[in-house]
Amino acid sequence: MSMPSLSSPSRSGLRRVGRAHLFIGLLLPLWTPLLAVPEGPKLGVSITQESILPLDISVFPEGTGLPPGKGTAVEGKMQFEALCQGCHGVKGSGGDAEELVGRSPLNGSRPDQTVGNYWPYATTIFDYIRRAMPLNAPLSLSNDQVYALTAYLLYLNGIVTETSEMNATT
Amino acid sequence: MSPTPILPPDDLEPVAGGGLLDRRMFLRQGIALGGAGLGLLAFDADATDVPRWMKTPGGPFTNYGEPSAYEKEAIRWISANAKAPGHGISWTPLHRLEGTITPNGLHFERHHNGVPAIDPEQHRLTLHGLFSKPIQFSLEQLFRYPMVSRQCFVECGGNSNAGWHEEPIQTPVGYFHGLASSSEWTGIPLSILLDEAGLQPEARWLVAEGADAGAMNVSIPIEKALDDTLLALYQNGERIRPEQGYPMRLILPGFEAVLNVKWLHRLQAVKEPLMSRNETAKYTELEPSGKARQFTFIMEAKSVITQPSPGFRLKGPGLYQISGLAWSGRGTIRRVDISADGGRSWAPAALQEPLLSKCFTRFRLPWRWDGSPLILKSRAIDDTGYQQPERSTLIAERGQRGYFHYNAIVAFAVDSDGSLRHVYA
Repeated sequence: MSMPSLSSPSRSGLRRVGRAHLFIGLLLPLWTPLLAVPEGPKLGVSITQESILPLDISVFPEGTGLPPGKGTAVEGKMQFEALCQGCHGVKGSGGDAEELVGRSPLNGSRPDQTVGNYWPYATTIFDYIRRAMPLNAPLSLSNDQVYALTAYLLYLNGIVTETSEMNATT
Repeated sequence: MSPTPILPPDDLEPVAGGGLLDRRMFLRQGIALGGAGLGLLAFDADATDVPRWMKTPGGPFTNYGEPSAYEKEAIRWISANAKAPGHGISWTPLHRLEGTITPNGLHFERHHNGVPAIDPEQHRLTLHGLFSKPIQFSLEQLFRYPMVSRQCFVECGGNSNAGWHEEPIQTPVGYFHGLASSSEWTGIPLSILLDEAGLQPEARWLVAEGADAGAMNVSIPIEKALDDTLLALYQNGERIRPEQGYPMRLILPGFEAVLNVKWLHRLQAVKEPLMSRNETAKYTELEPSGKARQFTFIMEAKSVITQPSPGFRLKGPGLYQISGLAWSGRGTIRRVDISADGGRSWAPAALQEPLLSKCFTRFRLPWRWDGSPLILKSRAIDDTGYQQPERSTLIAERGQRGYFHYNAIVAFAVDSDGSLRHVYA
């Protein structure tokens, strides 16, 4: 293994840091880009936002990042029974893995914190299932499968109907 | 090590109830301490024979050293899902360690789907989103960047959560509070890379993602990312181990561990947090009202006595050293008080220097046990003035269903036979 070559910071770089800290300390407690940062060799390789798309699997609350595709709880039920039920239990309850269904009030004495009463967020569920489930084969589900499973979990928790379609705009 | 506790001079009066002595006593008297650490478990060896290992050549060199074969109990305790062995935790055996640095092989683990076997030559770190110049780095490139080192703790937001239980858990300290470890981390200030990529002023969060199975992701506030966040490449001098995020991870000093994303491969600058599963379903704290706290990043001040502690037994009345760890995600530990009478009186412990911000701080105090039952406690105060709360205070404020961020004072009952157990007192 070859050792990386090391470059020492230039004197001008060090002075730049000192001045920047003084400036920030006196005037600007808020973050301001580019000021208090030591100099690096700037070796990062430019990429386009498009080239990153295959890696970008983030889904945000307003729906940014949701891919094309669709699914309903009816379809999701079949996927769930085939892929998820072994760990999460029949209808998402009573398995070894996380309890997914339940609507007991959260101010009760021992509430299960489920999709139904604690995290009923479609984009969160989509984001998590797509990246992490099933445990033995993450990133293996099609977009339609993930939409259908998301719909099924929301249906089991009484949030959507059995035939409501989940897609990038719903 | 002598099994006999050393008696302090008779004129040395306790400074607090239960036999607590002045923290400077050992320095002043120059007394060697026989009862420290595992010496509590005294043994009776015949020390007059020449030991056999002095009469025969020792073992060969090793490429990478291992602990003594006699230290089989200084191990991580694994608690994983039987059906998904890569999903779970392992605990640092704090009760078997001294000082403030956690050995790399004993740093606690939390994996959501196993430890990925990442080939460093193929690994890339990508910065995209609200950057003027999205960029990607290989490790070879990153090794040319200026690095810094700092010691700090990493603590799981769920550490010590057995404290919420109705009954006090009876387990060694490390398997109760050992989802916390402390290391010297070396890496590149993340701000350098964010600067190079041209972070946009409207960016408020960074979504950090690991390259593990499950692509663990969380949102990090931009102020922290630009402050003291490190892209860490080394832990205690060696390259970060696979279970700690090889080849690179984030270190956010003082913030709950889930934000210190391991196996980091992607940073996406955005305006709003992603609301991932690990910042909604998990790492949020349900309160009695039925509402939950979210984005509670900072680990508040905590302390725990590591010796003497449950699982060990004091060998009769005499002089012992109380030793423990304190830390605060808000800054430096200013004081640790110890009580040997259930909290009626307190004595300040000696703090091991140097005192480092957001880092394990070792505290110690001499103690002369007269053999009677009593209750030991420790409480930490940090340099913001925050004082570790009693359990009853914490519960009055937060209820018992919050799961995460438990930092109440820990109490051990010492029985007359020298045994210790965890109590709520």
